[in-house]
Amino acid sequence: MALSDATDATAQAGQGTPARKPTRIFKNLSSKIASLPMVFTALVIFVGGTVWTIVYSFTSSGLLPRLKWVGLDQYERLWSSRKWIVSIENLAIYGICSLILTLVIGFTLAALLDRKVRGEGVLRTIFLYPFALSFIVTGLVWQWILNPQLGLQNIIREMGWESFAFDPMNNSKIVMFGLLIAGLWQGTGLIMCIMLAGLRGIDEDIWKAARVDGIGTVKTYIRVIIPMMRPVFVTSLVLIGSGIVKLYDLVVAQTSGGPGISSQVPAMYVMTSMFGGQNLGQGFAASTMMLVTVVIILVPWAILEFGGKKRG
Amino acid sequence: MADSGTMTAAMTGPRGPKPKRAFNRTNIMIYGTLIVVALYYALPLYVMVVTSLKGLPEIQVGNIFAPPMEVTFEPWVKAWSQACTGINCDGLSRGFWNSVRILIPSLIISVAVASVNGYALSMWKFKGSEVFFGILMIGAFIPYQIMLYPIVILLREAGLYGSLTGLVLVHVAFGMPINTLLFRNYFASIPEELFKAARVDGAGFWAIFFRIMLPMSLPIFVVSLIIQVTGIWNDFLFGVTYISSPDRYPMTVQLNNIVNSVQGVKEYNVNMAATLLTGLVPLVIYFASGKLFVRGIAAGAVKG
Repeated sequence: MALSDATDATAQAGQGTPARKPTRIFKNLSSKIASLPMVFTALVIFVGGTVWTIVYSFTSSGLLPRLKWVGLDQYERLWSSRKWIVSIENLAIYGICSLILTLVIGFTLAALLDRKVRGEGVLRTIFLYPFALSFIVTGLVWQWILNPQLGLQNIIREMGWESFAFDPMNNSKIVMFGLLIAGLWQGTGLIMCIMLAGLRGIDEDIWKAARVDGIGTVKTYIRVIIPMMRPVFVTSLVLIGSGIVKLYDLVVAQTSGGPGISSQVPAMYVMTSMFGGQNLGQGFAASTMMLVTVVIILVPWAILEFGGKKRG
Repeated sequence: MADSGTMTAAMTGPRGPKPKRAFNRTNIMIYGTLIVVALYYALPLYVMVVTSLKGLPEIQVGNIFAPPMEVTFEPWVKAWSQACTGINCDGLSRGFWNSVRILIPSLIISVAVASVNGYALSMWKFKGSEVFFGILMIGAFIPYQIMLYPIVILLREAGLYGSLTGLVLVHVAFGMPINTLLFRNYFASIPEELFKAARVDGAGFWAIFFRIMLPMSLPIFVVSLIIQVTGIWNDFLFGVTYISSPDRYPMTVQLNNIVNSVQGVKEYNVNMAATLLTGLVPLVIYFASGKLFVRGIAAGAVKG
């Protein structure tokens, strides 16, 4: 800590301000003024907004926010709400499947593309283009493809497999998998790209050494390459994880939370209670729970990444 | 000569034939998998295009994967200029222009702010600047839902709630983390000597920024613009939260309202034409920018 402070100070001194100046506030004044939008965003919107919502989650705010304390009432109501429980369960199913499948598919595609295939550019373009599209577009396309009367199910039945059934848009038991297919379609390209960048960063000599030792390709990937790509995997995990918690647009477009409440997700619960149900307190409590989830994901990562060594 | 020939042969010998034998089987597997997966990725775009070119009767009896027997552009015309949301029946063009009016100022302001931020953070560090930057980065991971309502209050106090200006400011704020990071990393990679030389010559904060840094940083501006165009165009959450009147909804929100409206006959061809129209802007950006797009998301992702 002391060390990094010292280097900081020398770095600043090196950046041209005279060594001693009586008023510290005016040091670097232009820089401070230029950073005002950033300071405002960081302090007022990000910190202020978050703290405000957490504080008001302990009040009985309904149509309008008001400071009438009710302790943990909102949270008790939240956890006894059937809709919230369904939301959490859905997010858990979607999250676990999405996490595993995105990593597996992303890595496999990257590894296949890394085998010096022809037309890599074209394939990469195809795998990544869904990422440029919005979740709304993604949801609406898959809603159409999975349409039970006219879509995929119908075609496979017409091809002769009469008993084939895959109707996630109508079946509350598998609706989350319908969303999963769409979500994977949209998001795996990004992870593939990150993994591919990671694979390209691996020294060619590793492959030569593995070949000399007679280790097979698949085994080399599992035993040598994947452990070497730990930072890439961690980044991917954090990206996928924080994306999953935010899952909202896709559900709105593809299923609107239905059939019934079977594809509700926490972000949707927040939105309906805040802007639809005039039930601000519930929205605040639910969004605080979302924040807690993200903290649970991020803190172990932050400790792993930055805990051991000090920055710099 | 002969010696070295056999030498290289001996060295490459084990490598030469072996891949060749494995070549066929492995290659079929690799290309087979890649092609099947590529079909899965390409399929929705194909379905969107063919559906949007069919007439409604053909859709109702046919196969969604079949190419249109009779190509019609009527669904496109209808989606653009006649599709209804609520009482407005002037099509998706309204949402398109709203999105353009949101996009352009958001782009200019957010790239300007982010470039100055990145410049200040990498070359003019002041006490606490790293702390603010840290908060900004954490803010990128926090679920937006927790900040939605306080921003409603801020905008209402400023008299901007429900207006396009308000939404522009929201986009500037939430685009700030990723773009600031991008510019900060870019400026940090510029040799310090250049900065010092300019300081010795008496250039100040803004002079160095405009006369030295800006001309050097065109590529990163393009990357930042690409991130912002796709991000802002594809936004749904902020549009639906901070715009109060359907007249001013951005394209994504209007699209969702058109397709998921419960009234009337579902016109799948019009819906798909509308969906494709909404996706067109980011798709064009993506296919036109190629490597820069990848670079943008990789820069944002790997270091974020």
